[in-house]
Amino acid sequence: MSVMNPTRAPGRARSAAPAAGAGRPTRRGWRATPWLFLLVPLGLLVLFTFVPVANMVWYSFTSWDGIDPVKEPVGLDNYVSIFTDPSIFSVFLVSAYYLVGALVQLALALYFATILSFRTRLRNLFKGVLFFPYLLNGVAIGLAFLYFFRPDGTLDALLAMFGVTDPPQWLGDRSIANYSLAATSVWRYMGLNFVLFLGAIQSIPGELYEAADLDGATSWQKFRFIILPGIRQIVGLSLILAVSGALSVFEIPFVMTGGANGTSTFVIETIDTAFTYSKVGLASAMAVVLLLIVLVITWIQRKAFPEDKGDLA
Amino acid sequence: MSTTDLGRVTPTATDRARLGLARLRRSAGPVTGTIGTVLKYASILVACACAVIPLVTLVFAAFKDAKEYNSTGPLDLPQDWTNVENFATAFTQGRMLEGFINTSIILVVALLGTIIIGTMTAYAVDRFDFRGRKVVMGGFLLATLVPAVTTQVATFQIINTLGLFNTRWAAIALFMGTDIIAIYIFLQFMKSIPRSLDEAAMIDGANRFTIYARIIFPLLRPAIATVVIVKGIAIYNEFYIPFLYMPARDLGVISTALFRFKGPFGSQWEVIAAGTLLIIVPTLIAFLLLQRHIYNGLTSGAVK
Repeated sequence: MSVMNPTRAPGRARSAAPAAGAGRPTRRGWRATPWLFLLVPLGLLVLFTFVPVANMVWYSFTSWDGIDPVKEPVGLDNYVSIFTDPSIFSVFLVSAYYLVGALVQLALALYFATILSFRTRLRNLFKGVLFFPYLLNGVAIGLAFLYFFRPDGTLDALLAMFGVTDPPQWLGDRSIANYSLAATSVWRYMGLNFVLFLGAIQSIPGELYEAADLDGATSWQKFRFIILPGIRQIVGLSLILAVSGALSVFEIPFVMTGGANGTSTFVIETIDTAFTYSKVGLASAMAVVLLLIVLVITWIQRKAFPEDKGDLA
Repeated sequence: MSTTDLGRVTPTATDRARLGLARLRRSAGPVTGTIGTVLKYASILVACACAVIPLVTLVFAAFKDAKEYNSTGPLDLPQDWTNVENFATAFTQGRMLEGFINTSIILVVALLGTIIIGTMTAYAVDRFDFRGRKVVMGGFLLATLVPAVTTQVATFQIINTLGLFNTRWAAIALFMGTDIIAIYIFLQFMKSIPRSLDEAAMIDGANRFTIYARIIFPLLRPAIATVVIVKGIAIYNEFYIPFLYMPARDLGVISTALFRFKGPFGSQWEVIAAGTLLIIVPTLIAFLLLQRHIYNGLTSGAVK
């Protein structure tokens, strides 16, 4: 078939062309065709991705306030203040809570994906329940957990059942608030990692387990020598995504605490700097720093886990 | 292909023997069993409880009236499961109808746009050899590396300059213009559509646009379904873009409408709970109906 077509096509096409009249596309016409299809997509890509990035870099070297027609260049001042002003840079440390949360989240996801990949009653029900939070609206999650963590709320009532009578202020106490928020984040995103891992484990050919059974392997050995190597790629990718996710946390702390009580994150700070304090120049520099960090992390990922993840997608 | 097939066919007998043996062992050896099994199910049940309790207590709260809410604990069941007053309050005073309408408009228009743009891009990139093809591909790939959340500071100025600020078009344009995952899903799928179909149509005198519209587009239907699901969930849940670009009260989408509950309903948690549930229920229904598609879609979408 595929051998026949190319030999026949030109002959037929040539005889068809004159019959269809002068309006048939010429060679040059064909050459322009892909660009006609790409006109709108490329336009949007440039307009909403590349122009903003370029502008952001430009603004970051100015002291622009977002309104003034003149953008006063200030050199590296914005970058210097990001790294020297402790009130700006310290919010990066808040990411550490989410980073630890993300590691817990991956460990939980790996555990549940593994045990549910073995024969389990009601497996689909459990899978659905564990995954469902991931689908929920972020604002709904934020409000649900405000209710969960509030004084005399669900968590306190649950703890009272176990005899804890003097629970802390989960969101009001500076030393605890970030743990509560990171835990909410784990609740929200664990399901996605879990389903991704489960899918990867289930795509490992069954013969491997049978061979392992024949050799008398224990469950732990099966996990260590069959499952873990089989899902190395997806675990690595999730790890990297978790790191960049932890750096750009926004929705949960923004909805739940608005960044109060030492829970502000770098993105909340950037948005505030730009839109509340009208320091677009400084905010752009902050965004550029974050972008560079994410790019470096992605680059590390590409180096550490080179491209054979193609078949996973 | 054929060699691996052969490789599989020949040792069938031994395979079957192995399988049988393995099965024997598994049924004969539940020694590791009981304690392990108990721990396993216990851990699953604890996890499911953690997943469900924050949502179930919202349901309890939503059916209580103000007096009952104040006099009972969050784990107490409501007296009257038919009391839908809170839902009515949330829906009308919380302007949630408006939110659902705005979300639906944005959802439909942005999805149509994403599908048309995404399929056209995938068609152009996969089916044409042209100078600059590599650059175009590289451009789209590069864009996947830029987290949208970082560029809002500058995107805001563009939306403003275009006069889209405080219109639904701001959200629609951003949802359409920044979706690289959809393009990727279409591209993956397009590769599995044989080129001989295009060639056959060309012989019959079809031009490139006809091929796209009549042959490729209909065959992409499964990929379109995936994109509708993945993207639909993302748009339904999006908070940041409408919050930043459409602050006008009558342009509220469900996320921003719910976010505004924090002020006026302050401590009326029974109403906030009802409003939250109104947003969760459509997601739950969609999940129950489309489970398999959602799992597949998200796995192909998440691993860019």
